[in-house]
Amino acid sequence: MYGWLWRHLPGPWPVRAFLALLLAAAVLAACFLWLYPAVAPYMPFNETTVGE
Amino acid sequence: MTTQPMTERPTRRAARTQRPAPTTRRGGVRSFVYGVVGVLGELLITLGVLLLGFLVWQLWWTDVEGDRAQAEIVRDLDFVEPAQAAADTGPVVAEPRRDEPPAPMAEPGHAETFATIQVPRWAGEPERPISQGVDRPTVLDVLGVGHYPGTAMPGGVGNFALAGHRVTFGKPFNRIEEIQVGDPIVVRTADTWYVYRATGTEVVLPRDVRVIAPAPNQPGVEPTERSITLTTCHPMFSARERYVVYGVLDYWAPASSGTPAELLEAS
Repeated sequence: MYGWLWRHLPGPWPVRAFLALLLAAAVLAACFLWLYPAVAPYMPFNETTVGE
Repeated sequence: MTTQPMTERPTRRAARTQRPAPTTRRGGVRSFVYGVVGVLGELLITLGVLLLGFLVWQLWWTDVEGDRAQAEIVRDLDFVEPAQAAADTGPVVAEPRRDEPPAPMAEPGHAETFATIQVPRWAGEPERPISQGVDRPTVLDVLGVGHYPGTAMPGGVGNFALAGHRVTFGKPFNRIEEIQVGDPIVVRTADTWYVYRATGTEVVLPRDVRVIAPAPNQPGVEPTERSITLTTCHPMFSARERYVVYGVLDYWAPASSGTPAELLEAS
């Protein structure tokens, strides 16, 4: 999977490494912005209220 | 033993060159299996890294964002500024009043911020906003402390019941276990200070709604006192129980008359 990605990134290895880092940062940013906030309410900890 | 001459046993290299390449079918299956296992492994590693990222987000980033957002909400509140001394020598101490407080405000709309809370015992903690509602996505996760709808408003007879995160999302009630009996809990609305005093703490189960009854722990009883109840999770990072702090109103003061002595001592 990552081998395939590496082979399909253009340029010499420093460019590829930079692009790979950029991709990883983009994925992480997307997680922080959308994925994690979306799943957080379903986590089984962190309930602070009393109720039925 | 060596009846067979050594020369007849083919060397590895010879075998490799002599034997034709493995039948393409079997070799194809093998490399396919290796490929699948490899991708599966990479996916699992990726999942692990993403889970680690979730921990970082939940335990660190939500605090960064929550603290910033809540500080901004407090800054933007259009509350009456407490009186300052004429010669700019600092804030004036508000005169405690123990007569009938002004009629409590009506309950605001959902997610509306209407008050702030400060606990001098939590030295270094910022003033936190209190907003209407206790659901997580629209109030507790984004606005800080929440007010149980239907419970009393600040200064009102009954139970002014609040909930807040103990960990993550700015963790406004992180240091709740430090509160001791007699400690002041200072609530500020647009024009009035309400200084409550803690009367006790308790660890209860999540279903124990008695703690936010109008008369705390006496469901069905007509309230006579002006109470406050704070609820948060217990133990930390668990939803198993709730940590509860009870308090009653000590005094009130118009915000325009100054700042409660309890806050000035703390700072």
